[in-house]
Amino acid sequence: MSTDLLAALVPALPLVGAVILASLRRKLSANMAGGLATALIAGSFVASVLLFLGFDANVGGRTVKLLDWIDVGGMQIPLALRIDALSLTMMLIVTGIGSLIHLYSIGYMHEDERAPTFFAQLNLFSFAMLMLVMGSNFLITFIGWEGVGLCSYLLIGFWYKTPEYNYAARKAFVMNRIGDVGVVLAMVLLFQRFGTLEYASIMDMATGVNDPLLIAATLFLFIGATGKSAQIPLFTWLPDAMAGPTPVSALIHAATMVTAGIFLTVRSSVLFELAPFTKDIILWIGTATALLAASIGLFQNDIKKVLAYSTVSQLGYMFVALGLGSYSAAMFHVTTHAFFKALLFLGAGSVIHALGGEQDIRRMGGLKGHIKITYITFLVGTAAIAGLPLLSGFFSKDLILAFAFQRSPVIFGLLLFGALLTTFYMFRLLFLVFYGTYRGKAHPHESPLTMTIPLMVLAVLSVLGGLLNLPHLFGGNEPMKHFLETAAAGIGYEHLELSALTEIILMGITTTLVGIVIYVAYGRFVKTTTLEGEEAAMPVFKRLIAQRWRIDELYRALFEKPYSWLSMNLFAVAEKKVMVPLMNGVGDAAIRVGDVVRRVQTGNASFHLLAMLCGLILFLVITLLSN
Amino acid sequence: MLALFYLFAAISVISALVVVSARNPINSVIALIVCFLSIAGHYILLNAQFLAMVHVIVYTGAIMVLFLFVIMLLNLNKATEPMKSLATRIAAVTAGGLFFITLAAAIRNGIQVQAANEFDAGVGLVRSVGHVLFTEFLLPFEVSSVLFLSAIIGVVMLAKKEKHQAEAPVEPLTEAERARRTA
Amino acid sequence: MEQGIITAIRTVPLDHYVLLSFLLFSIGVAGVVFRRNTIIILMCVELMLNSVNLLLTAFSAYHSDPRAQVFVFFIMLVAAAEVTVGLSILVMMKRNVDSVDVNQLNRLKG
Repeated sequence: MSTDLLAALVPALPLVGAVILASLRRKLSANMAGGLATALIAGSFVASVLLFLGFDANVGGRTVKLLDWIDVGGMQIPLALRIDALSLTMMLIVTGIGSLIHLYSIGYMHEDERAPTFFAQLNLFSFAMLMLVMGSNFLITFIGWEGVGLCSYLLIGFWYKTPEYNYAARKAFVMNRIGDVGVVLAMVLLFQRFGTLEYASIMDMATGVNDPLLIAATLFLFIGATGKSAQIPLFTWLPDAMAGPTPVSALIHAATMVTAGIFLTVRSSVLFELAPFTKDIILWIGTATALLAASIGLFQNDIKKVLAYSTVSQLGYMFVALGLGSYSAAMFHVTTHAFFKALLFLGAGSVIHALGGEQDIRRMGGLKGHIKITYITFLVGTAAIAGLPLLSGFFSKDLILAFAFQRSPVIFGLLLFGALLTTFYMFRLLFLVFYGTYRGKAHPHESPLTMTIPLMVLAVLSVLGGLLNLPHLFGGNEPMKHFLETAAAGIGYEHLELSALTEIILMGITTTLVGIVIYVAYGRFVKTTTLEGEEAAMPVFKRLIAQRWRIDELYRALFEKPYSWLSMNLFAVAEKKVMVPLMNGVGDAAIRVGDVVRRVQTGNASFHLLAMLCGLILFLVITLLSN
Repeated sequence: MLALFYLFAAISVISALVVVSARNPINSVIALIVCFLSIAGHYILLNAQFLAMVHVIVYTGAIMVLFLFVIMLLNLNKATEPMKSLATRIAAVTAGGLFFITLAAAIRNGIQVQAANEFDAGVGLVRSVGHVLFTEFLLPFEVSSVLFLSAIIGVVMLAKKEKHQAEAPVEPLTEAERARRTA
Repeated sequence: MEQGIITAIRTVPLDHYVLLSFLLFSIGVAGVVFRRNTIIILMCVELMLNSVNLLLTAFSAYHSDPRAQVFVFFIMLVAAAEVTVGLSILVMMKRNVDSVDVNQLNRLKG
């Protein structure tokens, strides 16, 4: 099969699935719909693998033009797909992990009566995400960008009968829109400057350009990235997005969609390299987000909320990597994070499934005997995210930490502190869920095979994921970095110039501290099960963290309240006093004028003829006189 | 020649005036027939022999007979028509006169026509008109049959007596009754 | 003989035909406004159509172009169709309101 056909097939298959499932959603059973959706996304995965195998990194990327889309004057935007190292990496993540999560959903959703709709939306999401990563220009990417936002909205509010879930969905949508405006503005600026939206052309033309406009454009792109990838200040939607079904949280809100911001930044790495100011801002926002989210994760009691804050925190690390200019490290962390965070979410889903919908870790405990596969895989995921040596998270996080240390020990210290917080709350979660004695009332049961197989596959990937970019220190030659370098020119600028000894010392420090933290957590949550009490009883500072630094309340006071006040006043004054009388006045005037004018309509044919004749004569006279 | 033109022109105008002014519709119809015949005379003066014949057959032979037929059928052959108000009549005559004056004013400087083609004595005979009609205007000619068909169907639909109408003719509502129904 | 026809046609200036058809047309227009009897109004419409036919034929003869006469032919076709429909409407009108007075047709009054 030709490369072009394969490339078109990758996004086309899930789209076909979405259309078929959406139109037959009342006819298909949950298992049939799930089977079809999984088969199509798996087909997409196979196509991606074939593309990957047939791809020669030395030759470089190629553009597959499907058709001319916009061709107006000087503006030419084709519907084209870009096949290069970066898009292939993302395609493999999206379709690979997507396939596993589709498979998992068959088991997870089999009792839901709207399961076919769910699979249709999941397939539609896969399509949109693939368009996002495969688009050869900003506009195609933006189509996918908007598409994943829509699917995210639909899937967060999937159980739409609960009002809070709808609220969460709207919140996610609105916050994403704020970011989307940034992307649109960036596109406008770039088009104005370069006259095209093609990535390849822009990156070629931009090389070496020194223009303040690039700082503005990259800042706008970053605003878009903060919306999609849940960074300060637009991160509060992601924890609420856990209202959706757990596979959705795993696929959209952990593994793929939230990494769109990182992907876009790496895609435009040349631009960001030319705007050091933007990179600094990214660096500090990433650091702040990583720490803030990690601190909130400490005292959460909802199993999915803990994972959500952990996701925000890990995304912060990725942005730190971007801000440090180590794009390959960011992409490496995107990949490993996709493995272990998807694993953790699916594991959490399995726990929730086992307990019949229970999400509060205070009513769990001692589950390791009941659901063994889930326990072991969850343990692997936790170890990976905590960065225990030789697991995937260890390599990717240490790479970022090493880059941070090269830049400044302060950032290194902050990030290390964040990593320790991560270790602490993740092990707190693990211990409270699986150790001790069971504190709930349901009867835990292991999940079906369709759910445990993805868990096991992801567990293996979480362990071995580090091999993808094995550093020189461990005998590797960073294959992923060299692969991606062919697609994102910015990677060529990054240099890690630490001596092997320094790296070993850094790893040693990190690993030792992580071990100490795990021991502390063990003592606190296994030996004596410490549960969080009521918020009111907490000391002030702790209560502030447990209440998520009261950021939702802050936004409410800063934006929602003034906006409501403004709306109410506009309604009372502008609407009621001005617009309503104006509009009614127009209507009244029309009625009055009509009352007068309608007398002309006598209905008498002769009269009308006479009037017509008069008009004709007048017209003729005017014509004659004007000659 | 000029004398013949003036003769026919006088007949046309006078008979046309009779059409408009005659009290009895029968007289109007007869005047119109005279008018049409004089126009046929004009056609012959213009060497449009084919048109002259068709004109006599279609207008005088078919259309005007139809008019007469309807007048007889509906018993309209009496001068029962109430006249319009004086103001309307004056307005009508004035408007018609003004219309003519404005039209005539448009050609007050005369019309200079550069004949587009070399003169051909055959133009206007059946041969030349028929040739153009069946070559250049074949499609419109065929399409006009569709027009006729639809006219026939339309007329049958209109003239057919509907059942409920046959039983109780619909009277126009009086003002009072309309008010009562809407209330 | 051909020369005779040319003289016959060209003796009468084109202006005369134009004026004559204007006059007939104006009489028809005035008649439509003047009369209340619908059947007379229909006849006046026929008169107006014929004045246009005359105009077309006159120009056709002066230009030696038979195409204008084909148009006259088509106008006759349309006139025939129009008269049949018009007269059947007249019959309906007579049947429904028992009158052919055009002032009866004022249902469209605003």
